[in-house]
Amino acid sequence: MNESSETVPFFFTADNLKQAEDVIRRYPSGKQAAATMPLLDLAQRQAGWLPRTAMDYVANLLQIPSISVYEVATFYTMYRLHPIGRYHVKICTSISCFLCGSGKILQTCRDILCINFGETTIDKQFTIDEIECAGACVNAPIVQIGDDYFEDLDGVSMRKILESLKRGEQPKAGSQRGRQCSCPAGGPTTLKTED
Amino acid sequence: MPKLTIDGIAIEVEPGSTVLQACEQLEIEIPRFCYHEKLSIAGNCRMCLVEVSPGPQKPQASCALPVADGMVVKTDSPMVRKARRGVMELLLINHPLDCPICDQGGECDLQDQAMAYGGNSSRYHEEKRAVADKYLGPLIKSHMTRCIHCTRCIRFMTEIAGVHELGAVFRGEHMEITTYVGKALESELSGNLVDLCPVGALTSRPYAFTARPWELRTTESVDILDALGSAIRIDSRGAQVMRILPRMNEDINEEWISDKTRHACDGLLIRRLDTPYVRHDGKLQPVTWREALTAVAKRLKTLKPEQIAAIAGDLADCESMIALKDLMGSLGVVNIDCRQDGAALDTAVPAAYRFNTTIAGVDLADVILLIGTDPRREAAVLNARLRKRWLTGHVEIATIGTPVDLTYPAQSLGDGPAVLIELIEERHPFSQKLKMAKRPMLILGQGALARSDGMAVLGLVRRLAETANMIQEGWNGFNILHTAAARVGGLMLGFVPGQGGHGVTAILDQASRGTISFLYLLNADEVNLSTLDRTFVVYQGHHGDAGAKRADVILPGAAYTEKNALYVNTEGRVQNTKLAVFPPGHAREDWKIVRALSERMGRPLPYDTHADVRARLVAVDAAFATVGVTPAPAAWGVFGEATSFTESLPLRTCHENFYRTDPISRASSKMAECAEVQAELESIKKSIKKGHHLGQEREDD
Repeated sequence: MNESSETVPFFFTADNLKQAEDVIRRYPSGKQAAATMPLLDLAQRQAGWLPRTAMDYVANLLQIPSISVYEVATFYTMYRLHPIGRYHVKICTSISCFLCGSGKILQTCRDILCINFGETTIDKQFTIDEIECAGACVNAPIVQIGDDYFEDLDGVSMRKILESLKRGEQPKAGSQRGRQCSCPAGGPTTLKTED
Repeated sequence: MPKLTIDGIAIEVEPGSTVLQACEQLEIEIPRFCYHEKLSIAGNCRMCLVEVSPGPQKPQASCALPVADGMVVKTDSPMVRKARRGVMELLLINHPLDCPICDQGGECDLQDQAMAYGGNSSRYHEEKRAVADKYLGPLIKSHMTRCIHCTRCIRFMTEIAGVHELGAVFRGEHMEITTYVGKALESELSGNLVDLCPVGALTSRPYAFTARPWELRTTESVDILDALGSAIRIDSRGAQVMRILPRMNEDINEEWISDKTRHACDGLLIRRLDTPYVRHDGKLQPVTWREALTAVAKRLKTLKPEQIAAIAGDLADCESMIALKDLMGSLGVVNIDCRQDGAALDTAVPAAYRFNTTIAGVDLADVILLIGTDPRREAAVLNARLRKRWLTGHVEIATIGTPVDLTYPAQSLGDGPAVLIELIEERHPFSQKLKMAKRPMLILGQGALARSDGMAVLGLVRRLAETANMIQEGWNGFNILHTAAARVGGLMLGFVPGQGGHGVTAILDQASRGTISFLYLLNADEVNLSTLDRTFVVYQGHHGDAGAKRADVILPGAAYTEKNALYVNTEGRVQNTKLAVFPPGHAREDWKIVRALSERMGRPLPYDTHADVRARLVAVDAAFATVGVTPAPAAWGVFGEATSFTESLPLRTCHENFYRTDPISRASSKMAECAEVQAELESIKKSIKKGHHLGQEREDD
């Protein structure tokens, strides 16, 4: 918990408040607690992380005790309790990615950003984190940045992605080797001809 | 009813019970940490494992396993022993080996059960986890590294206390019990967490490092800091009360006590009157008993009966009240009163001033109407009972009076006495609900009666009880919630103005005008003594509080932990406090002081021993013969004034500050600290309310 967690003022923007109300309406009355997780996610998207004021705000919105929201927010690792950089680079280091070279990916990130796992660059642009299997083993190694998966990475493509992010561009998500979704890496192996 | 076999013994139990409960019926000990019979079942400590067939060949948690017909349970098989030893080993992995410096040592469930069910050594050589301690307020000391995550504290706070502030944050090995925000628990029952915690994670802050359980002498007594008479256990060492713990009494407090009951005991050592005093030249001088009593007797002899008055306060015991009443009676004094807050309590019939439904009877009520009372502050344990009733469902709770936070939702019907008339005349929407109710009850607080038209309010509430069908065969839904332990006893003994006598308000008024020139205060500190410049005031009591400050003669008495005395709780239940330690210095048991005074005046009261006084009490009211039992239902009658109210002011609750209501709690530094923290929390709450106006808006649409 850092200082600002208690002092950062938090309110949903008008758009988000409307969205939040739509979410709350999905559940029967008296069961608004069910909306805790989507609302926390919405709050995190708005603020970039979850200051305590945001959790209190969500609790107040749902008329549930604050502690119930704290319990949920601290249980799941995808809720961020500390401020992070604008781009959250989550590097999978589980078995498939590890075998396909996630070490190289991590090294590239370290070299370019000069930070380690759990750290944020001084300009508050990048945070890198280690995650467990992201469920994209076929396209290993992968990195998740924000909501996007960047797949089939190697040192060069990782560097390109980070540099284009630095320039403020939006690099193309998905396979960096140009394959379609999870097709075989060496091109189709069956149904090669039309008949 | 399902029949099962436990360790070869056949037993038939209520359907829906758990295997653990069935074992308890056979008095087979099942070790447990998370299971507590008053809390919901969590099933997370796994200590209560038993072997059950038919079923999978693995041990099962008996606390969460419902009984089934034909079950065969083994509680002491090799499999069970091995499983429990394994669970214990895992529980101890992160538990520090600091028993010698742990306050729970000697009364620790984990310690005891590790001895009984654990292995003989640890195979764990890795590092143990450490958890930062949490701030939970001035009464609870935390040492969270010792926590085994049984979650009893969370369940108690959420379910019984109704304060959703404790929770488990993070997960797995990183799980921590916390308020997350490091603020004091906002509950009058938080002290019970210390009893519930099976390890030394939550211990009592005031009692920290002062004594070991085996050094303490235990005395079973009752509490007198509110009018419930909760069962307590006084643990003392030498001449000092070290701590107060609850005892089980299903009829009153189940197994909880309020923080005031538990932690005001440090006030028993502070500001004590330990020697008689007489005021000479405006200053109180210590004197001998003989001198003090002579001073009082001399003054009394020069006065006419109508110049004399006596007031009994909130903590007076029945023995001293009957002795003082008899003494005043022998002098022909009729200006006596035990209702020092000026509450209009009618002694016409006992039902008029008792909690007739009984505290356990709350469990049966289906409509509960709270009138001018805040049970959370006036009787915290009763409030837990009301909350329990609310949790069971199918109950309507409504309040009349200034709004209060009760920890359960209650519909506010209005704040003035006009609502009572609307209800009597069935013009109020809530009347329908009262009509439908089978066992409606109302609780009338002292705040509603301590006003100039109190008698009229009492009369209105009586009529409401009658029209709303609260008085039935076998059910009396009319309840007065007292705040003083002495009150019902005083009313039973008739410590009220005699023919032509004055009540408290008139006594003080006459005294300020000089018509009454002698005032005897028996434990009475909460009366306005500021205008009594011309009155000779005798104060008998145990603390140097308001009464002693103004007194001309001080007669030092004994506190409730220092005497065997009778008190009557708000239900009319006669209970006995026990002597745990002796009164300090020259202080004496209260009835003996009055007896000695009567001797000095040449009008000795006709009782010399405690047994004689008790016999006199029984002669006044036969109920004093049966101590500790639920009183027989009181006959209904007409009481209160038939007139309408004259003030339209809201019906106010009477306690401004839960932690500082009587001389003992006002002397207690712990209670002072609690009151301070409470005030801080209130101000934080106000600022939070302001901060969340956006969320508030949503509610409005």
